[in-house]
Amino acid sequence: MGRKILLEHIDKPGIDQIESYIKYGGYRSVSKALKEMTPDEVTEEVKKSGLRGRGGAGFATGLKWSFLDKSTDKPRYLLCNADESEPGTFKDRLLMEKIPHLLIEGMITSSYALGCNTSYIYIRGEYMFILRILQKAIAEAYAKGFLGKNILGSGFNLDLYVHPGAGAYICGEETALIESLEGKRGNPRIKPPFPAVSGLWNCPTIVNNVESIAAVVSIVNEGGDEYAKTGIGKSTGTKLISASGNINKPGVYEIEMGVPVEEFIYSDEYCGGIKNGLELKACVPGGSSVPILPKHHLLYESNGNPRLMSYESLSEGGFATGSMLGSGGFIVYDEKQCIVRNTWNFARFYHHESCGQCSPCREGTGWMERVLHNIEYGHGKMEDIDLLWDIQRKIEGNTICPLGDAAAWPVAAAIRHFRHEFEYHVKYRNRVFDEDHVYQPEMKAQLV
Amino acid sequence: MTQTEQITFSQKSMEEMDRIILQYPPDKKKSALLPVLHIVQQENGNWLSTEVMDKIAKILDIKPIEVYEVASFYSMYNLEPVGKIVIEVCHTGPCMICGAEKIIAHIENKLNIKVGETTEDKMFTLKTVECLGACGYAPMFQIGEQYYENLTIEQVDNILDSLRKEKEAIN
Ligand SMILES: Cc1cc2nc3c(=O)[nH]c(=O)nc-3n(C[C@H](O)[C@H](O)[C@H](O)COP(=O)(O)O)c2cc1C
Ligand code: SF4
Ligand code: FES
Repeated sequence: MGRKILLEHIDKPGIDQIESYIKYGGYRSVSKALKEMTPDEVTEEVKKSGLRGRGGAGFATGLKWSFLDKSTDKPRYLLCNADESEPGTFKDRLLMEKIPHLLIEGMITSSYALGCNTSYIYIRGEYMFILRILQKAIAEAYAKGFLGKNILGSGFNLDLYVHPGAGAYICGEETALIESLEGKRGNPRIKPPFPAVSGLWNCPTIVNNVESIAAVVSIVNEGGDEYAKTGIGKSTGTKLISASGNINKPGVYEIEMGVPVEEFIYSDEYCGGIKNGLELKACVPGGSSVPILPKHHLLYESNGNPRLMSYESLSEGGFATGSMLGSGGFIVYDEKQCIVRNTWNFARFYHHESCGQCSPCREGTGWMERVLHNIEYGHGKMEDIDLLWDIQRKIEGNTICPLGDAAAWPVAAAIRHFRHEFEYHVKYRNRVFDEDHVYQPEMKAQLV
Repeated sequence: MTQTEQITFSQKSMEEMDRIILQYPPDKKKSALLPVLHIVQQENGNWLSTEVMDKIAKILDIKPIEVYEVASFYSMYNLEPVGKIVIEVCHTGPCMICGAEKIIAHIENKLNIKVGETTEDKMFTLKTVECLGACGYAPMFQIGEQYYENLTIEQVDNILDSLRKEKEAIN
């Protein structure tokens, strides 16, 4: 069994309530930080820990914190990104539902490090039932003196609020999140200026994912060096992986960075193998935005070594043979799944979620969706496959925010690794799937 | 009196709105817009009429267009009347490969409506939505605030039948 840092106490009775949470060591990091450490010392520990942002991009958290503009007398804000809308991702939800005080504790300690006296948790509107859990936990923390004025007699003040979104994937992008929190449409801003200089209400702002902020608790308690002992290379600590798709045991797992992908899929401790005795076909290892990999690239790096669950190993080989750890949304496909249909489904998602500000994204995502729909439903032409390739290339890198790239990469990877399936759809004109969209193996055999 | 002036919200909602407005700096009342729209939508039959939105603009000291442009951007706000029970089935990739399409087809047959439509008795509206963060518990749908996960056809029947009975009992 791997080391558990975030979910160690998740099964303890009443852990969602403050008494029980404190009994199992909760809120120690608040008294330690506020009474024994300066804010910069807290940031220093986060730097030492090597913690990388758990929201998808994997940017070093301590380094990001050091960019916060402290030269003005404007208020500073810490925003927790609990938008969790990347398809395949459902890890933050577990943390907030089951052990809400861990996030609140992390928010207090992190706000202290950053010098914020007001902080917000931006949670997707569909998680309204979790917003209520968080609000209850926040009220408990106020009552115990961990929030409010002069926390634990330290002179530090903090108010913490939960703010709901209302159904828009784009609001997970940090500048769209800020716009949304200001009561506007979720249109991403052009960077620079970066939020650390000019964010919420034009004040210096840090945006961090739920899991990143929760990790700060253990980093402060045990020290950054201790945290960095878990994991592998520049992927320190543990990571929550939400596993879905055609596996025996879907769910959220806290893994030590560095577990082999093969072990993660087949071991009973984790996914428990492919459902219904079928074969593994492909996997999207880090949320819908990252490249899909066929089985052999998923399990092995380009040098033949086993691929591991870490930032470096999952991206080894670049986009030619690798992918990304992303948000940890691990989607597994069995041999009966249709790559064309899945690619069309994701393209529809990105088209639906494009905010519409930049033409390559607004028009390109819609175009890709239509072309993929045609191919999937037997109306495609061979040239359409090259057309798709061309469209995705013209989106990538040409947009205000990374949603454009996120829409382009899954299409590129599907064509790169599964071009034969697209050709098959075109060649045979009718679908190779029964009415449940399940692959017909007999028909697949004609393919090769 | 204009129609907007006739709109009133319950005491409870007004108090809730006042509490929310205090979460933001006094000159940033507009930030309360999203949470406030959730409250009034729930109170007004699960959709936002122009009159309701105009009233919110007054409460938050912003222009009506600032409310409309937000309400039309976010998928959780309904700008048309909907049924008493809105079924939102996730149809994104991970749910799709775990049987979401069968669940959708079953509900369409059972209620005799297509996705996006409302039953004649105004009881049910069927919608498809994008990933709700329940991919490991697929197939799933959301009704109101509640998630229903790991659905089977039988469970769908039971859930919808009992919700219908509940609503009919209230009337
Ligand atoms: C389209 C899009 C959607 C995103 N959605 C999320 C999300 O739901 N949750 C999240 O934490 N980060 C999301 N991000 C990343 C955020 O922009 C930001 O990098 C992150 O919240 C920073 O936190 P971290 O450094 O702790 O990971 C998204 C980015 C993009 C471009
Ligand atoms: S890339 Fe797409 S989502 Fe991002 S700002 Fe441009 S149009 Fe909006
Ligand atoms: S894909 Fe349906 S909940 Fe994520």
